Amino acid sequence: MSLKIERRQELDLRMFYMTPVLAVVLTVLAGFLLFMFMGYDPFLGIYYFFISPLLSGYGLAELGLKASPLILIAVGLAIGFRANVWNIGAEGQLTMGAVAGGGLALALIDVQGFWVLPLICIAGILGGMAWAAIPAFLKARWDVNEILTSLMLTYVATLFLSTLVFGPWKDPMGFNFPQSEMFSDSAILPIVLEGTRLHLGVIVALLVAVAGWVLMTRTIIGFQVRVVGQAPAAAAFAGFSRKRMIWLSLLTSGGLAGLAGLFEVAGPIGQLIPSISPGYGFTAIIVAFLGRLHPIGIIGAGLIMALSYIGGENAQVEAGMPQAVTGLFQGLLLFFLLASDFLARYRIRFEAPTSRTTARKEASAQ
Amino acid sequence: MSDFNFTRRTFLATSSAAALTMGAPMAFAAEQIKIGFVYVGPVGDHGWTHGHDLGRKAVEKKFGDKVKTTFVENVAEGPDAERVIRQLASSGHQLIFTTSFGFMNPTLKVAKQFPNVKFEHATGYKTAPNVSVYNARFHQGRAVIGTIAGHMSKSGVAGYIASFPIPEVVMGINAFTLAAQKVNPTFKTKVVWVNSWYDPGKESDATKTLIDQGADMITQHTDSPAPLQVAESRGVFGFGQASDMKAYAPRAQLTSILDDWSDYYIQRTQDVMDGTWKSQNVWYGMKEGMVKFAPDGDSITDAARDAAEKVRKGILDGSMHAFTGPIKNQKGEEMLPAGQSLTDEQLAIMDWYVQGVQS
Repeated sequence: MSLKIERRQELDLRMFYMTPVLAVVLTVLAGFLLFMFMGYDPFLGIYYFFISPLLSGYGLAELGLKASPLILIAVGLAIGFRANVWNIGAEGQLTMGAVAGGGLALALIDVQGFWVLPLICIAGILGGMAWAAIPAFLKARWDVNEILTSLMLTYVATLFLSTLVFGPWKDPMGFNFPQSEMFSDSAILPIVLEGTRLHLGVIVALLVAVAGWVLMTRTIIGFQVRVVGQAPAAAAFAGFSRKRMIWLSLLTSGGLAGLAGLFEVAGPIGQLIPSISPGYGFTAIIVAFLGRLHPIGIIGAGLIMALSYIGGENAQVEAGMPQAVTGLFQGLLLFFLLASDFLARYRIRFEAPTSRTTARKEASAQ
Repeated sequence: MSDFNFTRRTFLATSSAAALTMGAPMAFAAEQIKIGFVYVGPVGDHGWTHGHDLGRKAVEKKFGDKVKTTFVENVAEGPDAERVIRQLASSGHQLIFTTSFGFMNPTLKVAKQFPNVKFEHATGYKTAPNVSVYNARFHQGRAVIGTIAGHMSKSGVAGYIASFPIPEVVMGINAFTLAAQKVNPTFKTKVVWVNSWYDPGKESDATKTLIDQGADMITQHTDSPAPLQVAESRGVFGFGQASDMKAYAPRAQLTSILDDWSDYYIQRTQDVMDGTWKSQNVWYGMKEGMVKFAPDGDSITDAARDAAEKVRKGILDGSMHAFTGPIKNQKGEEMLPAGQSLTDEQLAIMDWYVQGVQS
């Protein structure tokens, strides 16, 4: 008896879209067992982790706040991933977006006006785009691996931000601590829901996801992106430019990451500080795949990822669980997703032992 | 579907039962106050956050059932901090310690929304009617270990693994160097910035580089024991940071500066219980027991031990100050004339290095 893994002839689309849901359900079940073995009441554990953060308006607003940078970045990344362009450096583009937009906000600190906010948003997008343009140029011109260049530029970006906030952009009244001044009210995103931190950027993130969906499914560009990614030869034959796709994917994802960074500094942070993101640019890669590279799926995936962070904090405060539980949950989620993905694409067959004995007989006969 | 209903029903039953059992002890101990701690790193078993967690445990030990403490670890300095602090405030915590500089603005924002909750922010500078600020004079400890380094170093060069050039770190580098120069006027301190509070890989690389450049004393303003471990394996000496790290470097550790927050946390808890809590801005040092030392290592020489003891006593009785003139900056310009000492205000914004620091 032997195990054999073979590719399924046809990918069952329903399975393909169901596996993320399955993975979430399995994660909750595994979490239940985990809590039990850790000596906590598993029902309470699940409740604190997955349910109680959703029971108040403030909690929901926090969920949206945490998910929106992930969604914004992941929608951009998904376009590139579909075209086989692997932008791993969204974290750096986010940082440069915050630097460009935040820098403008600091320059306009004494200026009032409704036009300040749109202007710094545009600066944020351009900042992210400019940073993504470097790997795009290197890839389109000399075919340099964009995974390496975009990733390495992340470290350059974070150090550049540090240089600025430790040096010229430091708040002159701030006791030499590495922080800029607080932005003026004109440069701060308005709060949409009174009493929470839900700002306009969260709404923009959702709209961007919808726009991304329209772009990918209803436009010729979206079609080209998919063909270039899935069948490069066919795309070349049809005259779709691969270079154009490289530029399009990197500039879109870079611009959206830059906007996400700007939303963080012009939103809940309100100033430039040495580290503005706890790794959103990297987490968004997971979100993009968890959401099946589909903009609507990405909204759901972003919310689930956000819930895992917030639920983890909640479980620490309410039940005294260790912080490592958060990491465990995220790991479990990925594990179940990859495992069920694998089973959706491949089948495991048990082969009758006859073939091996026949083979042995043949061998002995020779 | 029926399965789901069943689960949900059992769930509701269990959780309400739990709510009942949880409600009982709280009703019993009506006086119990809840205290929250927000940590920037993992609790672990050494370093900055560990020190604060020892303080939390000391509060629990002292007050027993009268207090209930909660901590949240690995909280990123940024928007997440505000949510965590707010959640502690809204879930009945009456006293909340936020133990990293980056929690300053989030703490103030939440404090505004919860005027009845008392907040204690470590290492910041902004206060409010319900927000206090506390910090330790770590530079006093640096003056003591600098004295030891001055005596024990053969090459007259120390390696300093530094995190970020904020005043607290700059002050530490200067205090260490000045103290060593009192013993050996040509003493030099080479600094490597690792741009992190905790990064064992970078810290150990930096240590190797510094030793290769002639440093035979290693000290650090980062949290991992990696620099000491490298010092141990390369046959040079070093000093632990924030907690006793002798277990990682039994031969190399000459002593270690310890952060002890216990007395302060106990005092502030008592203040809340007595209703005497007031907003304040304190900067405690060795005298108040916030800065302490690990036992001397076996390799320390008698001369170094005696000199260090003298400095320790001098700072304790106020006859000695870590920053006494004349002090020159790196360019050789006089920053402080002989006979004077830098004020707390001058120290709090220190952004220049003394002569002999190579950063």
